[in-house]
Amino acid sequence: MTDTSAIAPGLKKQVLLEIKDLKIEGYTGETWVPIIKGVDLTLHRGEVMGLIGESGAGKSTIGAAAMGYARDGTRIVEGSSIEFDGIELTTSTEADKRALRGSRIAYVAQSAAASFNPAHKLIDQHTEAPLQYRIQKRVEAQEDAIQLYERLRLPNPEEIGFRYPHQVSGGQLQRAMTAMAMSCRPDLIIFDEPTTALDVTTQIEVLAAIRDIVDQFNTAAIYITHDLAVVAQMADTIKVLLKGEEVEEAPTEEMLKSPKEDYTKSLWAVRSFERPQKERPKNATPLISVQNVDASYTGGAKVLDDVSFDIHEGMTVAVVGESGSGKSTTARVITGLLPPSNGQVLFKGEPLPPKYTDRTKDQLRQAQMIYQMADTALNPKVRISEIIGRPAQFYSGLKGTALKSRVDELLDLIELEPSKYYDRFPPELSGGQKQRIGIARALAAEPSFIICDEVTSALDQLVAEGILKLLDRLQKELNLAYMFITHDLATVRAIADEVVVMQHGKVVEQGPKTEMFTPPHHPYTDLLLSSVPEMDPNWLTTLLEERGVDNVGESANV
Amino acid sequence: MGLFVILYFAFLIIASCLAAFYEKRGVFMMLFSLTLVSFILGIVGGAGALRFIAIAAAVLAFAAGISYAFKEFLVIIAPRNTSKELKTAPLTAAFGMFVIFTYAIAGIFAPWIAPHGESEVISSAFAPADANMLLGADQLGRDMFSRIIYGARNTVGLALLATLAAFLMGALAGLLAAVKGGWFDQFMGRFADVIMSIPSLIFALLMLSIFGPQIGVIIVAVAIIYAPRVFRLTRAVAGNVVVMDYIEAAKLRGEGDWYLIRKEILPNSTAPLVAEFGLEFCFVFLLVAGLSFLGLGIQPPTADWGSMVRENATLISFGDITPLIPAAAIALLTVAVNFVVDWMLWRSSGLKEQ
Repeated sequence: MTDTSAIAPGLKKQVLLEIKDLKIEGYTGETWVPIIKGVDLTLHRGEVMGLIGESGAGKSTIGAAAMGYARDGTRIVEGSSIEFDGIELTTSTEADKRALRGSRIAYVAQSAAASFNPAHKLIDQHTEAPLQYRIQKRVEAQEDAIQLYERLRLPNPEEIGFRYPHQVSGGQLQRAMTAMAMSCRPDLIIFDEPTTALDVTTQIEVLAAIRDIVDQFNTAAIYITHDLAVVAQMADTIKVLLKGEEVEEAPTEEMLKSPKEDYTKSLWAVRSFERPQKERPKNATPLISVQNVDASYTGGAKVLDDVSFDIHEGMTVAVVGESGSGKSTTARVITGLLPPSNGQVLFKGEPLPPKYTDRTKDQLRQAQMIYQMADTALNPKVRISEIIGRPAQFYSGLKGTALKSRVDELLDLIELEPSKYYDRFPPELSGGQKQRIGIARALAAEPSFIICDEVTSALDQLVAEGILKLLDRLQKELNLAYMFITHDLATVRAIADEVVVMQHGKVVEQGPKTEMFTPPHHPYTDLLLSSVPEMDPNWLTTLLEERGVDNVGESANV
Repeated sequence: MGLFVILYFAFLIIASCLAAFYEKRGVFMMLFSLTLVSFILGIVGGAGALRFIAIAAAVLAFAAGISYAFKEFLVIIAPRNTSKELKTAPLTAAFGMFVIFTYAIAGIFAPWIAPHGESEVISSAFAPADANMLLGADQLGRDMFSRIIYGARNTVGLALLATLAAFLMGALAGLLAAVKGGWFDQFMGRFADVIMSIPSLIFALLMLSIFGPQIGVIIVAVAIIYAPRVFRLTRAVAGNVVVMDYIEAAKLRGEGDWYLIRKEILPNSTAPLVAEFGLEFCFVFLLVAGLSFLGLGIQPPTADWGSMVRENATLISFGDITPLIPAAAIALLTVAVNFVVDWMLWRSSGLKEQ
């Protein structure tokens, strides 16, 4: 694509999108509440701007507003100005705005799996926009799609478009969505957390593909994410948002080296939490011992193959691996939801019955679980007091005031004000608070062992850090053992004592954390480790050169 | 051209001018297109047609007014959370609630409201309405109005009982099937299929011919006919809840099925179930009325809307609307229930986001 790159430097200075004093309000019950409180944004042609901030900071709202779109229940306040290439979007008609969307401004959503229509083939959805705007004929558009697939390094570009969304993996789907956004060669693409739902190893492919294609076509982009390391790879400038207001904006390098505001610094410092590693106690019986476990879902192939590891009292064992590697299945075997087809699980040297229905109340009490999605883990129609109180009532038979004081004690333990939260329902809480309630529910059973299934992956970094610190404190106070299922190696580095690496249902490597993080590694561990984005803006470039991903040469030439 | 016609058009034109002036586009379009339509109707049908339109508009306005007032009344007397929900109710739903409320009052206090007994013969057959008999007399000379009031108690009460029975059976089976799964689920599902494969009216006629037309038999027959539908819906709704993590957490805690159903699943599936209750109630109501019309439902001399339509049916050929009054009572209740159900469905679905 030498032709576009030749004119790129000249275009670079031209302003494409200018947002001035953007204010957006949301309707809650009876009144309009400000969501965005006056944000300015200037984006030049070919520039990539990263928007970062915690959830609720208004990143996605701004992203949608850049298309002149206000979500249902929100409105753009008069006096705001959104000028896209000379067109004022706040005053133009719906028909005009619709003509821009898809053709000149495109949008890539967080979950490609939920955004593609499962009933149509990828390429049919891809060619919809060019056909609608009469830019290309169907056959041309299909050929173009195949070319884009090739550029995005999708396997079998000739054929992959003729599949249905469920026949394609998550990372590939996200790249197909990026290709779809490119189909009309828009001037601006809005990426709304495109890699948040992906594994580190797939994330790299998507990041590299997005960066190349944005470079090649000199497309301007707004990249929304809460992951700093990711935005460092993608963006030319970074804008930090907090509660609907801009904190600061600076070119990426400058922002990473010398953030000015305290809030930005605190974001940067998040990844520094680390606690001292514990050693295994000598000659002790492990609290939980998984021995040669094989497991499969009804009629399916083996999901777990000869998995063995030990968890000692008061220690944290992190189980890492990509999605589909059998981490969560292992947890299901331990809890008894999925009886193993071979092998056994020992608790303090005694074998646990394979099915949870056969276990005694005390055995059930010992192993508790904290879930990834606090939204689905807490019943939305049950009060907090009941959610936390039920296990205490169920296992310890507490009643009346004893039960109430126990719930208060547990709420104190998870650092939530009892009087304020006692009577609330889960939907009234934020993500981090919900996760804390999940922890309290597990603690209410007075367990000795807790399985944490990706507990922080749905949370913002600052909130996740708070949860990790809380879990660490609870471990010290209550001598808990954790099995920490995660794909985020930063979390592992922060909290683990021992690490178990899983791939395709097998344990490929295990040992104390320090050993695992020092070379030599198993090749798979190495792949996982090197795929974790770092704050260095050149990390992705260096990594791609090292790994020699195919086609890097072509895009490097541009 | 009479004074009425002049006033009629003057009102419409002034109202549409005002609407246009105050930029109420929707109102203006409605009023002015009504004016244009009225021109044609006035030429074709004369003053009578225009009078009909005026009366219809007045009735509509009256219904809207009473619905609005009733909604505000409910908002004020209801507890805080409920009143917040009620504020979002559209006028149609308020109208539905008002009608249901009226029927409930009529049914509960029937002996006090009705001026005569339900089987009391007080005049000659088919006597026209007078000060004593608001709606005239039926084929035996009984007061129509009193019978309508008693009918609210009999017909609606019976339909309500039958629906409740259907729901109790269907919902319980559905919830158990969703929680237990496996062979129990399969068995209940196939059992429901078997019942559904029998045509409902024929099944009801068969049961009633075998066991005789008694209230208990009607209730059981109707409940059996409608329980499988409730079962299917409940199972589907509960099936979506059962896969949630909080159910897994409760199971791992060692909770029994009954706790799961009562505390975890039911609170999360009430909205569609309540909506379904309203819909099924309409169907049951119509089926009961239909059975009565065929002479197999509630037996005379007990007042019942379905049989009242049948008994007075001969009158229709003389251009009298008496047989249509109980039919209208059935229609009004069905419409009212559906208005309320529509609102509940709208509340529980994602539609309100748009």
